[in-house]
Amino acid sequence: MASKLTNEAVIERIKGQFGSDILSAETPYDFLTIEVLASKQHEIIEWLKKDEMLKISFLTNLGGVHYPEQAGREFAVVYHLQSMVNNFRLRLKIYVSKENPEVDTIVDLYAGANWMERETYDFFGITFKGHPNLVRILNEDSMDYFPMRKEYHLEDGTREDKDDRFFGR
Amino acid sequence: MSTWEEEKIHDDGIYESSLDTIDGSIATLNLGPTHPATHGIFQNVLKVDGEKILSSEQTIGYIHRAFEKLAERRPYNQITTITDRLNYCSSPINNMGWHMTVEKLIGAEIPKRAQYMRVIIMELARISDHLVCNAVIGVDTGALTGFTYLFQQREKIYDLFEEVCGARLTTNMGRIGGFERDFSPAFNEKLKAFLRDFPAVFNEFDALLSRNRIFMDRTRGAGPISAERALEYSFVGPNLRAAGVDYDVRVMEPYCSYEDFDFEVPVGTTGDTYDRFQVRQEEIRQSLRIIEQALAKMPEGSYKADLPEFYLPPKEEVYNNMEALIYHFKIVMGETPIPAGEVYHSVEGGNGELGFYLISDGGRSPYRLQFRRPCFIYYQAYPEMITGSSISDAVLTLSSMNVIAGELDA
Amino acid sequence: MGKIEDLEVFNGEGYQLSRLDKVIAAARANSVWPLPFATSCCGIEYMGSMGSNYDVARFGMERMSFSPRQADLLIVAGTISKKLAPILKQVYEQMSEPKWVLSVGACASSGGIFDTYSVLQGIDRVIPVDVYVPGCPPRPEQIIDGIMKIHELVKHEGIRNRYSEEYKAKLDKYNIEVNGK
Repeated sequence: MASKLTNEAVIERIKGQFGSDILSAETPYDFLTIEVLASKQHEIIEWLKKDEMLKISFLTNLGGVHYPEQAGREFAVVYHLQSMVNNFRLRLKIYVSKENPEVDTIVDLYAGANWMERETYDFFGITFKGHPNLVRILNEDSMDYFPMRKEYHLEDGTREDKDDRFFGR
Repeated sequence: MSTWEEEKIHDDGIYESSLDTIDGSIATLNLGPTHPATHGIFQNVLKVDGEKILSSEQTIGYIHRAFEKLAERRPYNQITTITDRLNYCSSPINNMGWHMTVEKLIGAEIPKRAQYMRVIIMELARISDHLVCNAVIGVDTGALTGFTYLFQQREKIYDLFEEVCGARLTTNMGRIGGFERDFSPAFNEKLKAFLRDFPAVFNEFDALLSRNRIFMDRTRGAGPISAERALEYSFVGPNLRAAGVDYDVRVMEPYCSYEDFDFEVPVGTTGDTYDRFQVRQEEIRQSLRIIEQALAKMPEGSYKADLPEFYLPPKEEVYNNMEALIYHFKIVMGETPIPAGEVYHSVEGGNGELGFYLISDGGRSPYRLQFRRPCFIYYQAYPEMITGSSISDAVLTLSSMNVIAGELDA
Repeated sequence: MGKIEDLEVFNGEGYQLSRLDKVIAAARANSVWPLPFATSCCGIEYMGSMGSNYDVARFGMERMSFSPRQADLLIVAGTISKKLAPILKQVYEQMSEPKWVLSVGACASSGGIFDTYSVLQGIDRVIPVDVYVPGCPPRPEQIIDGIMKIHELVKHEGIRNRYSEEYKAKLDKYNIEVNGK
């Protein structure tokens, strides 16, 4: 196995390549987290996959987060990437606004991103430009809202036997 | 053979035979949502030319239960019950994975003994998960004997879980910080009996299928996937290892003292149903090895960490001790302060890397909790794996991928 | 279990007299063909009750009928989401009379812990249920207890019940037509 990558070495290499496209880099709980420009995310993930040193070529997870209070950056899309060869993990975040929640798809890079992006669309209404089949996946097609957004209720509205005072609804 | 070689895959992904089909027609076959062969509720609309599958379209979400939204409304200790219902064939792994995630967030140190106890329980859960999968592969090839035989042993694992936590399937086992109580003498007795009796039964099951000519002919070459494609599709766990990639979270990022144990990570070569079956068989043997080592090396000490703010105090102290009463109240009402932060923790679940991505804003429940559900991610490769094979192979491929509806649909 | 000896019979020389409806009911109760509509965790426990330790074959029920048309008993084990509800109803409608429904587990009976936007809050919102089995999931013993309750119902089923106005009214509430009249 190659010598273990350190967070510092990785961030140096990424910054050397992309410089100001990397908006911030932190290591919460020793997990390298970088925030990048939303428009550059596809390019960066593609480079990470092909880079000879990093070989971050496995998509672990992809999902959305909703921050209704952050004006202009309400939705985050979080990618967990991994290099199996170097045993290194990287978290990559981008933020988009609620007016235009659109990001580039990475299905062309990772076939496994297909359903994860569909799920993120289904839950948050974040659209992925270039996705081959961006329709709801878990919920019914007839659903008219995006349930994981913070403003929507969790509970089924049709229950009559539950007293809101006791069930915290 | 020559006719097979003439087949080609069109640009739009539809597989078509250059042979003339019977009266030129392609049939549509609806496999699911409720179909005896799918072992779960998901739909596959197959385009078939005779027996051969040309394309497949999947629909999932039939038991979507909104786990992630539910988790945003519950205090941390109550989320364990949701994790039970993810991959319900191996609930304890999910439970402990969640506990470890929270422990990582709060920076807790868990005593060695509790870690070894967790290893024993998690490996038992892995055995029970793999037993279901392999027994069902047997059923789908027409060998019901193995199922009825192995399920007797699986009930013994349930008995062990019952001895620890009182529940069989949805265990809700352990707490943030360790276990509710130490293993009872009855548990140790039963575990020893299980370790003594199970290998013989298991070897018989293995002898029934592993080198059985019919079984091998039926499963070899069914639903193969190459290592490259498997990685593209973010495969993990036994399905990835069957394709030849030796990735196991227990080895790569040891949690819960897995680095103390000596075990091997079995890999296959072709990623077909037979390899998946064999990888799971071997993992069951390795799990037994780990349990034996953990039992032999079981350290003295406490079964729980010293975390008064997260770990419910014993009842007699709640009644007699002011401090304990306060902690009890805080935990039950979900008022324990939690640090803000974000963590990702993963464990090797029955189906591979089960991840928990937790964002805490310091509130009583997670701001966002995302489960990395291995089933959900790798099941999307299914059409690619079955295109060009026969319907009966498709059924086998599905059962050997071990798609669990609860984990699939969240 | 209903045995034929439980029936009141009159034995004469070379013949035996009994009530036809009772004989039919006893025969039915001893050969219920279940359709397992197993979706999630409860389905695994239902598998457990099919396994050798609990063995539903003791009740003449080991023959699963995966075709709704030949099934007598619909065993709904597990969460039914709103997306799945129409399918469940369709399966129920396809079954021929007389038919019974066993709702296994908290999710099928009431939505259980999943009071969420996507889960149907009890299957009795779409189809009529005969016996509810509580538990999350119920143990195989509980499932078998539920099955035995169904057997009791089957044994006391008159042959004309399914033609009655009450039964029609019950199904009308669910907008389901009486099958096989």
